[in-house]
Amino acid sequence: MTLDKLKPGSECQIKKLSIGDKLGQRLMDMGIYPGLALKVIRNAPLEDPMQVEIDGYSISLRHEEACYIEVEQNGNR
Amino acid sequence: METDKFIVALAGQPNCGKSTLFNALTGARQHVANYPGVTVEKMAGWYKHGDVRVEVVDLPGTYSLTSYSPEEVVTRDFILHDHPLAVINVLDASNLKRCLYLTFQLLEMEIPVILNPNMMDVAENCGMAIDCSMLSQQLGVKVVPTSMKRGQGKKQLMVAIAETSIETERMVPAHVDYKEMEPYLDSLIALLRSNTDMGDKYPIRWMAIKLMEGDEAVLELVKKNSGDGLDFVAEVNTFRKKFEDAFDTTSESHVATCRYAAAEAICRPCVKQDKVLGRRISDRIDDVVCHKWLGPIFMLGVLWLLYYFSIVQGYNLTNYTWPLLAKLRNFTAAVMPDPGFIDIPLIRSFALWLVDSVNALLNYIPIFFILFAFIAFLEDSGYMPRMAFIMDRLFGRYGLHGQSTLPMVLGGIYVGGCAVPGVMACKGIPDERSRLATILIIPLLNCLAKVPLYVLLINIYFADHKGLAMFFISTISLLLILPISKLLTMTVLKNKETAPFVMEMPPYHMPTFRGVLGRALERVWMFIRKITTIVVALAVVIFILLQFPGITKERMVHYNSEKGKAIKVFQNKIKGTPYEDALAGENLMSMVNYWESYKNKKMTTKGAEANKVMKDSFKDKNPVFFAISQPGKDKIARKVNRAFKKMYKSRKRLLRKMKSERIDRSFLGRLGKSLVPVTKWAGFNWRVNVSLLSAFAAKESAVATLGALYEQDESGESLEDRMAKGESGFTPLHALALMMFMVLYPPCLAASIAVKLQSGSSKWMLFGMGYPMLLGIIVATLIFTGGRLLNLTGLQAMFVFYFLALFITIIIGSIKPETQYQTKH
Repeated sequence: MTLDKLKPGSECQIKKLSIGDKLGQRLMDMGIYPGLALKVIRNAPLEDPMQVEIDGYSISLRHEEACYIEVEQNGNR
Repeated sequence: METDKFIVALAGQPNCGKSTLFNALTGARQHVANYPGVTVEKMAGWYKHGDVRVEVVDLPGTYSLTSYSPEEVVTRDFILHDHPLAVINVLDASNLKRCLYLTFQLLEMEIPVILNPNMMDVAENCGMAIDCSMLSQQLGVKVVPTSMKRGQGKKQLMVAIAETSIETERMVPAHVDYKEMEPYLDSLIALLRSNTDMGDKYPIRWMAIKLMEGDEAVLELVKKNSGDGLDFVAEVNTFRKKFEDAFDTTSESHVATCRYAAAEAICRPCVKQDKVLGRRISDRIDDVVCHKWLGPIFMLGVLWLLYYFSIVQGYNLTNYTWPLLAKLRNFTAAVMPDPGFIDIPLIRSFALWLVDSVNALLNYIPIFFILFAFIAFLEDSGYMPRMAFIMDRLFGRYGLHGQSTLPMVLGGIYVGGCAVPGVMACKGIPDERSRLATILIIPLLNCLAKVPLYVLLINIYFADHKGLAMFFISTISLLLILPISKLLTMTVLKNKETAPFVMEMPPYHMPTFRGVLGRALERVWMFIRKITTIVVALAVVIFILLQFPGITKERMVHYNSEKGKAIKVFQNKIKGTPYEDALAGENLMSMVNYWESYKNKKMTTKGAEANKVMKDSFKDKNPVFFAISQPGKDKIARKVNRAFKKMYKSRKRLLRKMKSERIDRSFLGRLGKSLVPVTKWAGFNWRVNVSLLSAFAAKESAVATLGALYEQDESGESLEDRMAKGESGFTPLHALALMMFMVLYPPCLAASIAVKLQSGSSKWMLFGMGYPMLLGIIVATLIFTGGRLLNLTGLQAMFVFYFLALFITIIIGSIKPETQYQTKH
């Protein structure tokens, strides 16, 4: 499953970043890396981008970027 | 070793309070420059500690030190090449782990680091306790905590910096264990040592790590420094490939994960989270501010306030500041040689032209000040990223960026903005392509200076539909810029660098009064310095284009005889009065000047008391002239006063005629005429051309030039009437074409300079000036010629064009933008 498919309120575990280069590096530099717990807070009023919370801080990213983050959803919310 | 001057650099991730620290350290002793070749600003300042002058360079806030963004490259290059004594690594204490990720990269560059966990108060409020001495032990660097907003820790930090300058031994800093990658790093280091002499110049382990990360800039550097014998690029790629195959991960990802693991290991014993807090305040604010419905409403409210305070209230403020500028003009007028009856000394008109050009800009300072203060407030509060969050989807469709919102509002998304602060506000957009697109379209928004021409034309040609026409002109620019920016990004900007959108939404902070005020003042000052100097230079050029070659000798003879006639008439009228002698010969001109300065003073003096003082002083200067200027009940004086005013009017008329003739013959006038073959399809005659050309200095001058060209014969007739009379062939369709050209008018001088500064190249400035002109003439031609062929009235053409633009905007918006990443899914 990829992050862009998750609904607001879902929590998940990051499994893998399936992109390198600029975007992959940027994601990692902002603290998004495998093993971390992540929570989807909300989508923007026009559905894109999305706001997620990791490690106590908030990050917003577009769905076209989130689709490169492979995650495993926690629980069955 | 004691030196009397050294450099330290501030480095840290965004939103860690770095600039607050910078301001606290250096106070007002700051200056801004640009790093060579990029538009990144270089902030530097200094302070004195004892006898030592410490230069502080505030490096841009970066999450990491790769070579993907100019900010990161600049930071890296500064540390590598400028050899600061130490880097003060500012950390957000409440977010230690992520901040240490950058710290490790700094340590790898083998530069002395002083760790500065800032915002300790915020961390405490979150229930965190940080053991700084433990942190220092673990990392092997000095740690000096501060809470800059409360002003705590500044002194200790300064002492620590001073100590670093004299210490001979240092602790050994911790380094990240890259585990499985270590053998690869060792081999790379060996390879680097044996094939290059880079080990003497650069931190070699850092280079090896960067090479494994696939850093283009470092690879380039190595390529340049290695002999022909070895293909380093191929070599590095083999290493990377081998590693990635062996451990089923990308090397970048491995490096990052190791860094975070090391940061985690350091944090664990140093940070105690006392209590688990409920939801943070920031999250609750976000619930409203980013809410599906409330969010956009809140944003509109904020933007309306911004607009109201800066544009509306700021404009009111100019009523108070304008007299100051008027004084400057009067002063210039007073020190310049006096004007003759019809010949104005060139130096005088030049000086006044210059002052007028500069004043036109300085007049905006109250607006800018409020605007900049408001922006600084929004920036410091953390609201900006939320605005980008809300608008990104809409603007993204048209090749713009969420962060284009603020620049567009400043530029005048409805009516009444200014392109200069708008373009300047583009600085924060990380994506090069959207940034350039935003910079290029902002001048097409409706700035304040375009409004006078709209009002003039609407009042004449759309008098029955004023509201409708005003709405059309206010909203049409938005319908034009969206498709234009999309087209730009699909064509000329196609190959420009893009950047990921991913951004932090930092916790909200209450901005400090000092921080906001300081930044507002600093930006206003920068505006004055950068813009004004260049405007002066270009104003000179336009002056020459408008003044020369001037009126011919024969025509001067004609004007001189007109002058003689006017004076003769006057002298005949006052013959036999006691004032005759006092106004003879040279004295007449003195009277004219006296009258003018009296009139000016009378206009600017307020209050009965002040008025009396003013009048007395004029009486003292010349009682006879005063009697003519202010005749009271004296019948003869009143008669002379009437005659004088009449002559004064004739003189004004002559001067205006000469001005119009001078413009007519000027280089600009000739240019205006030579353009007629093209512009006639858009319905512009040469006068309109000239006024449009002169508007380049400042758009307000379009109306002023039209005023001069449609000379005023009888007093009291407004420009509206004169224009309607002077151009009987002019129809609403002409006016509509002209207004649309004004919408698409190229950026004025000041805005062009801003475009050059923000885009970093004159090429983009020229493009930004050229394409609107071309587009403007095409649109105007379409409206005028098209409208005539279809036999449309101005109003009909307006509707047709509006719906055409709306249609195009919707169609273009529905084209899904290509993703910037390789399509994998």
